[in-house]
Amino acid sequence: MFEQSSYSDQYTFFQKLRSFDFILIFCILCLGIISNLSMYSTDGGEFLYHSKSHFIRFVTFFLMMFILSFINLRFWHSTAYLFYTITLGFLIWASMYGITASGSQRWINLYFINLQPSELMKIAIIICFARYFHREQMSNINSFKNVILSMAILILPILLVVSQPDLGTSILIAISGIIVLWLAGFNIKYFIYSGLALVISLPFVISMLKPYQKLRVLTFFNPDRDPLGAGYQIIQSKIAVGSGGLTGKGFLKGTQSYLEFLPEKHTDFIFTLFSEEHGFIGSVVLLILYAIVIFRILNIGSQSRSYFGKLFCYGFGSAIFVYVAVNMAMVLGLLPIVGSPLPIMSYGGSSMLATMIGLSIVMSTKIHNKQIIH
Amino acid sequence: MFDGGDSNVRKFNTVNRRVFILKIAKGIIFTGIVARLFSLQITENKKYLTLSDKNRLREWRLPPVRGEFVDFFGNIIAGNTKVYQLHVVPEQVEDFKYLMVRLKNILSLSDKQFRKIVKKKEQQKPWETLIISENLSWDQFSKVNFYLHELSGVKPVLSVARSYPLKANYTHVLGYVAQASEDDLLKNEEIKNKHVPGLRVGKSGLEKTFENILIGTNSVQRYEVNAFGKRINQVDFQQGEQGQKIKLTIDSEIQKLCNELLADKAGSISVMDIFTGEIIAMHSSPSFDPNLFLYGISYKDWDLIRENPLKPLINKTITGLYSPGSTIKPIVALSALENDVISTNFKVNCTGKIEMYGQTYHCWKKRGHGVVNLRDAIKQSCDTFFYEMSRRLGVDRLNITAKRFGLGNTVFKNLYSEEKKGLVPSTKWKKNVLGQGWVLGETLITGIGQGYIQTTPLQLCLMTAQLANGGFKIFPRITSDNKQESLEKIKYKMSQSLVNDSENSSSLIRSAEEIFNKNEKEYNKLFRNQENIKFVLEAMFASTNEVRGTSYRSRIDDKKYQFAGKTGTAQVKKITKIQRELDLDTSQIPYEERDHAWFVAFGPYKDPRYSLCVFVEHGGSGSSTAAPLAKKLMKKIIDRHEEREKIRKNNLIEI
Repeated sequence: MFEQSSYSDQYTFFQKLRSFDFILIFCILCLGIISNLSMYSTDGGEFLYHSKSHFIRFVTFFLMMFILSFINLRFWHSTAYLFYTITLGFLIWASMYGITASGSQRWINLYFINLQPSELMKIAIIICFARYFHREQMSNINSFKNVILSMAILILPILLVVSQPDLGTSILIAISGIIVLWLAGFNIKYFIYSGLALVISLPFVISMLKPYQKLRVLTFFNPDRDPLGAGYQIIQSKIAVGSGGLTGKGFLKGTQSYLEFLPEKHTDFIFTLFSEEHGFIGSVVLLILYAIVIFRILNIGSQSRSYFGKLFCYGFGSAIFVYVAVNMAMVLGLLPIVGSPLPIMSYGGSSMLATMIGLSIVMSTKIHNKQIIH
Repeated sequence: MFDGGDSNVRKFNTVNRRVFILKIAKGIIFTGIVARLFSLQITENKKYLTLSDKNRLREWRLPPVRGEFVDFFGNIIAGNTKVYQLHVVPEQVEDFKYLMVRLKNILSLSDKQFRKIVKKKEQQKPWETLIISENLSWDQFSKVNFYLHELSGVKPVLSVARSYPLKANYTHVLGYVAQASEDDLLKNEEIKNKHVPGLRVGKSGLEKTFENILIGTNSVQRYEVNAFGKRINQVDFQQGEQGQKIKLTIDSEIQKLCNELLADKAGSISVMDIFTGEIIAMHSSPSFDPNLFLYGISYKDWDLIRENPLKPLINKTITGLYSPGSTIKPIVALSALENDVISTNFKVNCTGKIEMYGQTYHCWKKRGHGVVNLRDAIKQSCDTFFYEMSRRLGVDRLNITAKRFGLGNTVFKNLYSEEKKGLVPSTKWKKNVLGQGWVLGETLITGIGQGYIQTTPLQLCLMTAQLANGGFKIFPRITSDNKQESLEKIKYKMSQSLVNDSENSSSLIRSAEEIFNKNEKEYNKLFRNQENIKFVLEAMFASTNEVRGTSYRSRIDDKKYQFAGKTGTAQVKKITKIQRELDLDTSQIPYEERDHAWFVAFGPYKDPRYSLCVFVEHGGSGSSTAAPLAKKLMKKIIDRHEEREKIRKNNLIEI
């Protein structure tokens, strides 16, 4: 074991390259191409602002992912807390000096990029928990100290993100954090207790919600209540998807999107546009691509001999699943509209960056899967 | 590394087991999403496709192009002209006040027009189109288009409007068009279906009667629009059809002459083909130019029309009810002959007045006519003779004959909603309506066309036509289709109805109600003995063409134009003893109290074809005012005869 682990530290470049998960890489590339074509369609079939910057981001961050994959998993293990702390620092920075856009203060200006730290936190929380539980004894996991501490790690960023306000991202962070906690072996009863606590505190939460958030929840339950106001997005999205039919209206021919009936078509509603243009078949193909990505990530996790890598892959794979499922359910009118981008497909640099960092850690786990971290 | 190996294994097992549970959950959720996609995209695809099309496609209906009216010779008498209009939907305008100020400057509207538009806006719903201008000049139109991008909500529209090239000549025949009211939309499905803002529909006359034929169909532009309602591109254009063309039987030349003859007078002229029933001319005076209404008439012009004492808004030919005066005498004479009340040799001594039932009845000629027979009585319009004859005839028998010849009922069937029936009195009528018994003296004045009896000018024209054609029923019509019968065929039909005698011989006894209830067939005979008709026509000839005839001065000796007629001078007010002694000249009497002048005629005498009725309201005596107009008119009618026959022949060949 010792030999093996020390041996693995000295993998050559080609050995590392050979152990890449090419199926995963291929699926990511496919998603990247699809996302770029969709972005091209949102710009009305021209290579304009959104499609250009999305293309640049995808290429840059994909290469970055490729390079970062060669980094030893130990690096991520050792910097996990730092990563979390820095991201938390960014969140605090954003809450104080952040850039405000459309009523929400969620970006910070890093001069070369406007970063949305809440997106990075989606990854940071998983790394942090993977590191936290890596050394923990099974019998110790449900100890009082562990429960309180991990709750604190989870709730602190969530509160910061909620206050931005960004309900969508905070829910996603919460869900992916809770999944990691549960996977790590947290007793199911804690979730039941907190669930009960949530239900009891719901009236308080609702009274704290901003009017537009309340409206969204109400609208979800009855979109026709206000067809030109808050329900407009859901109705128009359903019309777009529904009118796509089996094979779709054709590339660049989605009338709902190019006649501007679709709101937020480059970000949250990119799937709607894709589904309108490529129909049921296209949508299922896209869903399958995501399913393969998630499956490969979970698979890499199950083959990893290090608990850190394993828990991260399980957590990250599940998180990707949650993002995809929430986004799709939302645009199909199964969930209320909360801001939640579709990984890789949606326009947004921070989301792309976070996804690519997560993927590079997954890839690193694959390459160093024989490694055991001390 | 191996510390707590057992614990480590448990840790790994837990995480692997829980991931497995998660995988199943993920599978279920993804399946759920696929199911949702399936239900939206496959099951409910049709519904959402429709919704999507409803989102993106908008239809714009253009006003339909109204059918034209042409006269008998194919000249357009009601057509269409292009107009440039400016529409605004107040709901779509952000700042209406600002927009109006901009428009005021661009169109250089006067303060008055400006206030009128603002007032109009307040009266209608915000989503209803507000018409800023009905008719922009090309200058204004291009100026608006130049600034259009700054004037959101403003729509310059190319539209069509009704135009009447012959101006005042056809005003009463055609009626007029105006913006469809809510009432029009409710009452007429056709208008409702084709309505666009500013659509003009017929409000009276033939324009209204033939609305559903004239209206045509909308052109439809289908545009793809974006979420903000902006037109992106035209998807489809459906060309509408112009409304049907309607050909009238009227001859514009004669119609124009009627207008000239009645210039500055109140009155009516109608001309009719005595065999086909075609209306050759039908004019009511004074008239006005209907084009004034096209773009909204000014208050000044409107007041001028409305307050004119000669009442230009009334179509006197069919809605004016007047005492027929002596023009009724041919019918009274015919009724007396048909009922064998008198013979043609019956004589009365006219002394200028007659005492009956304790009252004095005067003849128009103070000195009296001396001993007159029936022919002289018609020729010289001797009232005394007709008092005596009517007394013997009785009002009820007169009523039947008069109604048979078209009095007391509308001339057209439902062609003009405003047409009046008039009144031919009877004892029964008076009892039912006035609740009083008939006074015998009333029979006497009915016999000279005074009293209760009321007729429209067109009824008298029809009466004359049915006498002149030998006493056969005709149905007057003003629209011309190509189903025309040749004159020979019509005359054959008339002779046929002479043969089928038996059924009709008893008809004289039938009550007036029966006559109306029974659908009288065209060219049925209206007499018992045609000799009686011939006698009356001959007496009318004498009236115009023999010395001492009442219209002798208006005669034409040329056989081609020679006509026969009967004058009428209807009193408006009962003449008092003092007035009778004063014997004032017409010009000395106040306008409202002057007599109505009548003249009915037919010609050419040797082979009659046309009948006419000239009526001058408060025009004085029939022989001095109405008959001279008829002389000029008859000449024109006969001169136009050949032209008209050419067209008729062409139509006959088409069958």
